[in-house]
Amino acid sequence: MPAEQSIKIAVRGLTKIFGDEPEKALELLAQGADKKTILEKTGQTVGVADASFDVYEGEILVVMGLSGSGKSSLIRCLNRLNEPTRGEILIDGEDIVGLDHHQLLETRRRKFGMVFQHFALFPHRTIRENVEYGLEIQGVAPEVRAEKAITALRQVGLEGWEDARPDQLSGGMQQRVGLARALAVDPDVLLMDEAFSALDPLIRRDMQQELLALQNRLQKTIVFITHDLDEALYLGNRIVLMKDARIEQVGTGEEILSDPATAYVERFVAEVDKTKVLTASAVMHRVRNVAFLTDGPRTVLRKMDEQNLSALFVVSGDFKLQGMVRDEAALAAVQRGERSIQEILEPCADPVSPDTPVRDLFAPLAQSPMPAPVVDDEGKLKGQVVRASLLQGLAEHSSSEDSTEEAA
Amino acid sequence: MIEIPRLPLSDWIDDGLDALTDQFATATKVVSDVMETGIEGAVDGLMWLPPWLTILLFAALSWRLAGVKTAIGTLAGFLLLWNLGLWEPTLQTLVLVIIATLIAVLIGAPLGILAALSQTGYRIIFPILDLMQTMPAFVYLIPAIPFFGLGPVAAVFSTVIFAMPPAIRLTTLGIRQVPSDLVEAADAFGSTRWQKLRKVQLPLAIPTIMAGINQTIMLALSMVVIAAMIGAQGLGGEVWRAIQRNEAGMGFEAGLAVVILAMVLDRITQGITRDNRQTSG
Repeated sequence: MPAEQSIKIAVRGLTKIFGDEPEKALELLAQGADKKTILEKTGQTVGVADASFDVYEGEILVVMGLSGSGKSSLIRCLNRLNEPTRGEILIDGEDIVGLDHHQLLETRRRKFGMVFQHFALFPHRTIRENVEYGLEIQGVAPEVRAEKAITALRQVGLEGWEDARPDQLSGGMQQRVGLARALAVDPDVLLMDEAFSALDPLIRRDMQQELLALQNRLQKTIVFITHDLDEALYLGNRIVLMKDARIEQVGTGEEILSDPATAYVERFVAEVDKTKVLTASAVMHRVRNVAFLTDGPRTVLRKMDEQNLSALFVVSGDFKLQGMVRDEAALAAVQRGERSIQEILEPCADPVSPDTPVRDLFAPLAQSPMPAPVVDDEGKLKGQVVRASLLQGLAEHSSSEDSTEEAA
Repeated sequence: MIEIPRLPLSDWIDDGLDALTDQFATATKVVSDVMETGIEGAVDGLMWLPPWLTILLFAALSWRLAGVKTAIGTLAGFLLLWNLGLWEPTLQTLVLVIIATLIAVLIGAPLGILAALSQTGYRIIFPILDLMQTMPAFVYLIPAIPFFGLGPVAAVFSTVIFAMPPAIRLTTLGIRQVPSDLVEAADAFGSTRWQKLRKVQLPLAIPTIMAGINQTIMLALSMVVIAAMIGAQGLGGEVWRAIQRNEAGMGFEAGLAVVILAMVLDRITQGITRDNRQTSG
């Protein structure tokens, strides 16, 4: 991320009310009423309440919230698929709320590409015709748009599928087409609405990695909506947290993780304190690979490479935790010609027990880049807690109690 | 006892129709003449070819559009009608059905699109459709006469009114049931209303619209038979004559001809619908 960032989209005081009498709802909102009260009193649904934030040129901004939090209403205001009730949306300094119909169509064509949760591919068109759609309605000549469509399909790794129909493709491939369709018009801003939520977890991770690789090359401004905190932390340069139509916090993943004093995270933690059921065992992940004391540094390096890790926990033959090795140390050991990792073994962060309450995990995790190891009474490694899964566990736990929310 | 005066509803309607007839007499006369010439020309044209050739052509057409089974059925059915001496009335009925269907779809599809895209249009058009569909079919025969005189044109006019509602309804339904995220995707890329309609909504609505056209054809066929009472020729005319002469056998033959024609038309349009489903996924 460059040090100086220019603002691509500036959202100021954006409010979206669904219903026939927005005035009533606005009045109550101004008095500080919440979404639920306003629905009960006026029958109006508040989609977005007084949202202000910036999207910087070339960043991935993730809007994160549970269902009904207003994130989808918010992203649809950006290209006015939802008409904002109040507020300004400045794109390159131009307020798009004031545009007339014709100018709005122009702006949608020039500036935006959108990717949808359920792909929204046109079933009566071939893959190439789908990708060409945006160019076709701009009146681009057939040869030019065919060429651009092929380029876009190549970018997402789908060459050779031009003449297939959407229903012949798997979900992951369909969403690649969705992405290619958005990229084909070469937009400044990509709007991605829960773009990977309908995919199964493995494919989802692939798509996330590919999006980052694409973004590395293309440097688009991306607004990405998700309800999945793991995804938000993985993709987002910055994260906007939404709750009940309001923005709770805007910040980098680091800021949000290391500052759980915000109302949103605090509320999760408070609920956990109240119920006292969520422990490390509930949020821990399986350790994907470990180094054994008997391994040599080359073996350890290869294991790290396979898993894309920069450090591994080291265990003895009976799986008792002995410490950790880092990739630089292992590399140095290989260069020194050492055959064992005994010399480069370091102590790792204090292990936690499976019964440790989740609230006690925040502090150690915020300080260390490594996951926290979870060991049982005998000192055997049972799993690890990473920061993202910690908050994800909290969010899921909280959302199951939060059943009063209804989708916007 | 209080005498409640009878509402002069029928007088109002008669006066209204009279006024309309006076107003448009010249226009309807011209339309009537042109159409009558067209209908007669089409029938004469088809009759000019030897019946066996026409029947083979129809069978070939059904083969192309609906497959070999329909083609065999068409061939056998039409040969039977030729054998019974009903070939000319069958062609007359077919021409009336096709013309009435074309007009009904040309008027109905745009109205259906209007009702799908505009809530106001929907609120105006759909109650009228309910009225059109519940009114007894015979009633449409009466105003057709002052406008177009006795004959095939009046028959086409009342047939169009009777057969149009499904074309409108299913066009509206087809467009409204296009998944909303596809419409949203079209909007997000900056489509104009017309582009959205032409490139996304109409193509996806076509199977449903075709089902509507199929129903329109079936209704047109039934009305063209009834319209024999106001001078439409064709199979209805044969039935009508059989009633007047009390000849059950002849009436049955003409009725069978209507059934065969209905089956052929139904299979062919369904064949077209199937092809559309396959190519539009």
